[in-house]
Amino acid sequence: MEMAAGTVTQSRSQLPRRPTIDVRSWLVAPAAAVLIIAFIYPVCQFLLRSFSDPVWGLQNFRALIHQPLYMRALTNTLVVSGTVTLFCIVLGYPLAYTIANAGPRLRRLLVFAVLVPFWSSLLVRTFAWMVLLQQTGLINHVLLQLGLIDAPLTLIYNRIGVVIGMVHILLPFMILPLYSVLLRIDPSYTSAAASLGAPPVSSFLRVYLPLSLPGVLTGTLLVFVIGLGYFITPALLGGPGDTMIAQIIAMEVGDFGRWGIAGAVALVLLLGTSVIFVLVQRLTTPR
Amino acid sequence: MTSPILELRDVSKGYGSHIAVADLSLQLAKGEFLSLLGPSGSGKTTTLMMIAGLLHPDAGEILVEQRPITSLPPYKRNIGVVFQNYALFPHMTVAKNIAFPLTMRGISRDEVATRVHRALELVGLPGHGGRYPRQLSGGQQQRVALARAMVFEPPILLMDEPLGALDKKLREQMQLEIKRLHRELGMSIIYVTHDQEEALVMSDRIAVFDFGRLQQIGSPTQLYDRPATRFVAEFIGESNIFSGTVSATADGFSVLESAGARLRALASAPLPAGSRSVVSIRPERIALQAGDTPAGMENTICGSVSEVVYLGRSRKYVVRTDSGHEVTCLQQATSGSEPGFELGASVSLSWRPEDASLLPDTATN
Amino acid sequence: MTATPMHSGHWWTIVRIAVCALIVVYLIAPMIIVLIISVSSAPFLTFPPPGFSLQWYRKLFSDPDWLDSLITSVQIMLPTGIIATAFGTAAAFGIARGRFPGAAIISSVLMAPLVVPVIITAAALYGLFGGLGLNGTLGGFILAHTVLTIPYVAATVLAALRVLDEQLEKAALTLGATYWSAFWRVVFPLILPAILSGFLFAMIISFDELVVSLFISSPILRPVTVKMWSDIRGDVNPTISAIGSLIFLFSLVVLLAESLLRGRWREGGPDLASTEGPIQ
Repeated sequence: MEMAAGTVTQSRSQLPRRPTIDVRSWLVAPAAAVLIIAFIYPVCQFLLRSFSDPVWGLQNFRALIHQPLYMRALTNTLVVSGTVTLFCIVLGYPLAYTIANAGPRLRRLLVFAVLVPFWSSLLVRTFAWMVLLQQTGLINHVLLQLGLIDAPLTLIYNRIGVVIGMVHILLPFMILPLYSVLLRIDPSYTSAAASLGAPPVSSFLRVYLPLSLPGVLTGTLLVFVIGLGYFITPALLGGPGDTMIAQIIAMEVGDFGRWGIAGAVALVLLLGTSVIFVLVQRLTTPR
Repeated sequence: MTSPILELRDVSKGYGSHIAVADLSLQLAKGEFLSLLGPSGSGKTTTLMMIAGLLHPDAGEILVEQRPITSLPPYKRNIGVVFQNYALFPHMTVAKNIAFPLTMRGISRDEVATRVHRALELVGLPGHGGRYPRQLSGGQQQRVALARAMVFEPPILLMDEPLGALDKKLREQMQLEIKRLHRELGMSIIYVTHDQEEALVMSDRIAVFDFGRLQQIGSPTQLYDRPATRFVAEFIGESNIFSGTVSATADGFSVLESAGARLRALASAPLPAGSRSVVSIRPERIALQAGDTPAGMENTICGSVSEVVYLGRSRKYVVRTDSGHEVTCLQQATSGSEPGFELGASVSLSWRPEDASLLPDTATN
Repeated sequence: MTATPMHSGHWWTIVRIAVCALIVVYLIAPMIIVLIISVSSAPFLTFPPPGFSLQWYRKLFSDPDWLDSLITSVQIMLPTGIIATAFGTAAAFGIARGRFPGAAIISSVLMAPLVVPVIITAAALYGLFGGLGLNGTLGGFILAHTVLTIPYVAATVLAALRVLDEQLEKAALTLGATYWSAFWRVVFPLILPAILSGFLFAMIISFDELVVSLFISSPILRPVTVKMWSDIRGDVNPTISAIGSLIFLFSLVVLLAESLLRGRWREGGPDLASTEGPIQ
C-alpha cells in the first residue's frame, strides 16, 4: 500500500518552449497596425480638433450650445432616432415573435425576407423610397386609386419620409437579435404559467415579455445608436428642417472646412453613442 | 515494480496560486489497467494531459520505459489518448479519422486500409468507415475514438472519462468492451474517472486523488478493505466514520474512545495515545442484534432503527445511537430469515476489529 | 423549441399574421419596385411602368462614366477583400490562440470601426488623407475600405474559431501530427468556410460603401456608389434604377453564396455570426 511521498525535490527538467504561443500573438500585428494608423489616429486627431481649431479653447462647444442650428440638429436627431426606434419595436416584435414560433421552413423563409433588404445596398433602398414616396410615386398612386385621398400627400423631403425610410432600413437590426433571443425562451415557462392558471394575455405580459426584454434592449440599442449617426437616408429623404447631426458634420467638413465645429459635433455624437452602449451593456449583462 | 512502462517522479503543476497536481510519483506496470479516481478538480485530468504532452509540468520528470519524455512534444510521444468528448474530426469520415495517425507516420495506403478495417472490426463497427462522426450515436463515436487511439498500437493508452456522456446501460456495456480489449491486446492503460464503481470494476490498481495529491494507490480490494485515509474510506463505497481519541495501541490494533464507546480497529500507521483519530467500518460488516447488550464491550454500540430501506437483495438500516450518531448498516436477506427490524426497534451493532480501520483525522472537506 | 403563449385566440393569430405579412411587404416591396422600374419603357420614374424595356441597362453600359465607376468599384473591392481577409484572419487567430498582455485592448481596437458612426470615420479619414495627398487615389480607397472591413472578417473568423473544438487540435497532436500539420489538416479545413465568408462579406461592404467614399473620392476617381449619389441628387432618372438593380442583384448573389458557406460549418437555421450589416 503506497502513499504519496511528500518530498519537495524540485527536479526541474528541460521544459520545451511551446513553439507557437509567442509567434501566434504577432498575428494580430498587421491588422492592429492598419487600424491604429488609419483609424484610431485620424479619429482621435479629428476629435481633438474640436479643442484646437482654429485656436485652443472651448469656443467650438460654446458655439454648439448657442447657435440654434446645431441644437436643432441635435434635437432632430434624437427625435427622429427615437421615433424610428419606437416604430421598430412595434413592428419588429410581432415579426420576430412569428419567426421564433414558426416551423423551420417558414422561419427560414421569413428570415430570408428580413435578410434580403438587410443586405441590399443602403443607397439603393433609400432610392427606392424616393421613387415610392414621390407625389407621382406608387403610394400616392394607390391611395388615389383607392379613393382614400383626394390630392397626393407629401411623403418625401420631410420627417415622414425620413422615418419611413429609416424604419425600413433599421428594422432588420431590431428583428434579428430579437428573434434569436426569443428562440431561446424555454417553452416550459409559458406552459408552467398556463398550468398555474394564467390566461394567454396574462402569460404573455407577465412571463414571456419580461424574458424577451434583453433581446428588445439589444435591438433598441442597435437601432437607436445607428440611427443617431445616419447620413444618407435623412439627406435624401428629408427636408431642410430635418437636418441630422451627421449631415452637419458632412457640411462643416466638406463645404466649409470648419474642422473645429465638426470635431465638436462628432465628439458629442460619439460620446452619446458610447454612453448608450455602456448603459445597455449594464442593463443586459447581469441577466 | 520491475521496469515500469511509465513513471512519474515528483510531478507538480500549478496555475497561479492554484495547485493542480502536487509532488506526484507513480508507476504503471506493463499491461496494467490503472485508474485515476477522484472528484472533479482533483488533478487527474491534469496528470493525464501531462503524460500526453499537452501540458507541461512545473517540476518533476515523466519517463516511458526508463527514458525521460518530459521535453518531448506530444506528437513524438506515441501515446494514445481518448478524449472526454471524443474529439473526432468532423470534416473527415470515420475511416479517415482512424487512418489519421497512420498517415502521420507515413504508412503505405494499403497497409493503412487493412489496419483501419481491422480496428473497426475490433471495436464492433465494421463497414462504418464511410460515415461521418455526426451520423453516429454517442456510443459509436466513443468506439471510433477508441479505435483511432489504438490503431497505431501505442504502448500506453490514456482515457479521460470516456464513458461520462453515455447512459447507464451503455456505459456498463462499454466498460466490459474496454476490459475485453485490454485483455486481448495487453495494453497498458491509464483511465481517468470520477465514478468509483467504474474504477472498482475495471482496474488492476486504483490511484485516488484529492486536491492534486495522491491519497492512496492499490488494488480495488486493498482500497476497499484497507483505506489509508478518511477521504479514501468515504469516497470509495460507503463508510461509517467515528471520531474520537486514541487510548491504547497494541499488536497492530488501536482502541479509540468515541462518545462513550470503545472501538478497536486495525491500525496500519499507529498513532500515539491522546491523538484525535477516526475509525472507519463498512456498513456490510456490521452485525445487528435485537435488544441491548451489556455496556462496556468493545466494538458494540446500541441504538434504535430510524430508517429502513428495502433494496431487494439486502436491507439498509440507519441506526441512531444513544449518542446521536447515525450509523448505516447493510444486511443481506437470507432465505427464511428474520423479517428484519422495524422502525424504532432497539438494536445493538457489533463488528470484528479486523474489519475496522483506524485512520488519521484529516478531513479534507 | 418555441413558446406559444397565444395559441388560443384565433382572432389574435389572424391579426398577427396580417400585420406580419404587411411588414414583410414593407421590407421587400421597395426592392421589387426598383427592379420593375429598371425595366420600364417610360422615360420617367412612373409607376406602374407602361411597358417592358431594357433601355436603361443599355444606357448604363454605354455610358463611359458609369462603366468607369463600375471598374473603379471593382478595382477597390478586390484588393480590399484580399487584404482585409488576410489581416483579419490572422488577427482572429492571434486573438483566439495567442497570449499577450493587452489582448482586450487590441480586440477593442480591431472592432472599433463597427462602433464608431461612419460619418466620423469618413471625416477623420478625409482629414488624414488630405494631409497625405491620398484623397482621390486608389490606394487611399483600398486603405479606407480595408479599415472598414477588417472587423467583419475578424469577427466572422473569430466566431468560427470559438465554436471549433480545441480538443480537435490536441487530438491531432497526440495522434502524431506536428503543430503545422495539425493546423493544415484539422483547423484550417474547418475554418475555411468562415474565411471565405469573411472575404465575400468584405467585398460586398466595400462595393456598397458610400459615406467614406463620398469624402475621399474625386471627380475623376469615384466608385459606382458615389456616382449614384451625385446622380440621385442631381438628375434622377431610371438609369439609376438599373444600376441599383444590378447592385442589389449582385449583393444578393454574393450573400446567398456566403450564407450557403456559413450553413456548412454551422448546422441549423440562418443564424448570423454578426447582426451588423453594411452600416452606412
